[in-house]
Amino acid sequence: MSPLRTLRGWLEERLGWDDLLVPLRKKTVPLHKLSYWYFLGGITLFLFVIQVLTGILLLLYYRPGENEAFESVQYIMTQVKFGWLIRSIHSWSANLMIFTAFAHMFSVLFLKAYRKPRELTWVSGVILLFLVMGFGFSGYLLPWNALAFFATKVGTEITAQVPIIGKPIMIFLRGGEEVTGATLTRFFGFHVAVLPGLATLLILLHVLLVQRLGISIPSKLEAQWTANPSAKREMRFFPNFMLRELMAWYVALGVLGALAAIFPWNLGVKADPFAPAPAGIKPEWYFLFMFQTLKLIPPKVWIIDGEVLGVLAFGLGGLLWLLLPFFESDQPSRAKRWITGLAVFALAYMVGMSVYGHLAK
Amino acid sequence: MAILQNKLRPFSAARCLGLAFVVFAASLGYGQTTNSCLDCHSALPDPLGVSQDKFSQDIHAQKGLTCVSCHGGDPSSDDPDKAMSRKAGWKGKIDRKQIPQLCGSCHSDPAYIRQFNPSLRTDQLDQYRTSVHGRRLAAGDTKVAVCTDCHSVHDLRAPSDPRSTVNPVNVANKCAHCHSDAGYMKGYSIPTDQFAKYSTSVHYQALAVRGDLSAPTCSTCHGNHGAVPPGVDKIQNVCSNCHAFQAQMYEKSSHKKAFDAASLPGCVVCHGNHGIVHPTDAYLGTGPEAVCMRCHTPGDKCDQARAALESGLNRLDSAIKGADQVLAVAESSGMEVSEARLGQDQARDSLTKARVTIHSFHTDLVDQDIQAGMKVAARDLQAGKEAMVERDRRRVGLGISLIAIGIALAGLWLYIKKIES
Repeated sequence: MSPLRTLRGWLEERLGWDDLLVPLRKKTVPLHKLSYWYFLGGITLFLFVIQVLTGILLLLYYRPGENEAFESVQYIMTQVKFGWLIRSIHSWSANLMIFTAFAHMFSVLFLKAYRKPRELTWVSGVILLFLVMGFGFSGYLLPWNALAFFATKVGTEITAQVPIIGKPIMIFLRGGEEVTGATLTRFFGFHVAVLPGLATLLILLHVLLVQRLGISIPSKLEAQWTANPSAKREMRFFPNFMLRELMAWYVALGVLGALAAIFPWNLGVKADPFAPAPAGIKPEWYFLFMFQTLKLIPPKVWIIDGEVLGVLAFGLGGLLWLLLPFFESDQPSRAKRWITGLAVFALAYMVGMSVYGHLAK
Repeated sequence: MAILQNKLRPFSAARCLGLAFVVFAASLGYGQTTNSCLDCHSALPDPLGVSQDKFSQDIHAQKGLTCVSCHGGDPSSDDPDKAMSRKAGWKGKIDRKQIPQLCGSCHSDPAYIRQFNPSLRTDQLDQYRTSVHGRRLAAGDTKVAVCTDCHSVHDLRAPSDPRSTVNPVNVANKCAHCHSDAGYMKGYSIPTDQFAKYSTSVHYQALAVRGDLSAPTCSTCHGNHGAVPPGVDKIQNVCSNCHAFQAQMYEKSSHKKAFDAASLPGCVVCHGNHGIVHPTDAYLGTGPEAVCMRCHTPGDKCDQARAALESGLNRLDSAIKGADQVLAVAESSGMEVSEARLGQDQARDSLTKARVTIHSFHTDLVDQDIQAGMKVAARDLQAGKEAMVERDRRRVGLGISLIAIGIALAGLWLYIKKIES
């Protein structure tokens, strides 16, 4: 008997994992012309794993602190063997993960995969998207460079616009009235402890729900397959789909490597709290649509402060987005069109406003 | 001290009541006749016209002084004969010759001035009397500038006010008003192209274009009320007030002795005076901008020293530019070269220091700065080159990784095909 088989037998006796793998072996993936969209969730998960691994490596050298953060990242970029690669991959992977998370969300929306009984999968996914944006916001400050410093200042100031609880939240986030070293250590804590813990729990729940409920099929196709079961086409999840997913991960890895090598993530200049904010400062691309909207709202709308109105509108919009599946009625045709229309509008708005924000001075 | 007495005249209860009535009446719109001077003069054409609006801009009006403070008279009377009667102390138009004395009656009184601005100097009149303007006025020349010519009158603002005629950015224009007027200056035997030259200077660029208030204007070198600024024996030595290091170097140099012996005015010999442009390393060359060769003979000992100085500066300048170029390419390729970039500032500092040390005309001293800069520039160039090598290495590594990923993808695809066939 080969050593590998002996080891497998030894583990099987103790863990009984063959039984655990049974559902995985039985699991199938529907095959149709839109099946490629199913890869996005897996790619996002893969990028999250990359984030965790590169994040742990960065932690070996990164030092949170007003006087050390920038220098430690500079040290990682210039002195640590492959430090530049790890940091660049971490930064690029973060951006790609946010992009694929958004793409995954919209694919789920357009494929109607959020419908009953998958409401909780949607809710956990949207919360994960918010967490991923929180990762982006908190991680952006960690190199303590000028752009990050002022972006955090602007970002936390926007939080303060929320009536009653806004100011206390801002002070909690900043660790005081101003963005200082205290903010940096807090953001570091959120970025490497609080958010990863929450995200891991939610990812487990999300994946468990996907496993439990199976993969959704577009409603039209579902009706066709129910009427004509012989037309139903499926692929085994393991190994057929998994191997294809692995190919997608390899492609993602190649893209990440190319981006990191050709466009290493810039470090910028060290933050100086006494320096004026750089002209035309903008947040990261995934916050740009909100930032540009807030810029366009007039200072006063009726008797309400424009910025407060904007922040409240985005807050309410986020909450409604989270609860979107619960608005779909059992008599779906009209509501379906309404939600699809909303999704198209939201996507067009986000893309349009982001492009406008990028081009605006 | 009539004005002082006016100001400190005690208020009686009756006056307080009267004042209260005036304020009340003014609030009802009946207070238009309290200053009969402005009532009439606001309707008169120039030069007698003074509007309420114009006078309210005047620092004296803002501090509570009125027409009476300088001109005397009785502004409470609507009757011109009473308002402008000698009995009421009316002085009429102040004679030009009397203006410095009138202004000085308050501005030379420290106790009085302290009430309004404790930091304001009170030696302007004494200073003025030592100036060419003051001396000529005393000799009977009324064409020379008196206080009101520079500071304006009836709308006089504090010099710190950007609208003031004596704010640093406006001083040169104010001086030019007379000094650039060839007709007006006829008979004084001094040039009238100072402002035209100054407008082309590096100092004017700094002050008027960049708004750098530390840059010199006419009064910085020539003084304002008096003659030259304190501590300066000759106007040509005034440069050392700001350019202290250059002056220190020059004081120890061989040129100092030679220039003194030939009665040449130091800095001005090479740099000029009103039309000083930004000096370049070409001053040390042999081209059209060269200044050394105006006096020195080609091939002599000094010419050799000049060539050594010029070559040293050019070498360091080229080394800095070369390193900058490589670092810029490395940076645009995403390489982290900020430390070397910072180092370049050090090299540039050495170049600036060498350009200052040039004023010692001592090749060894200048060479020390050049060598220090060259060392830093060479180190930064090396850092840039290493960054470029690293960039290429990364790209080769990427190529190999992509080939490996491609092979893995092909293998996976073949395996999928195999298990699905």
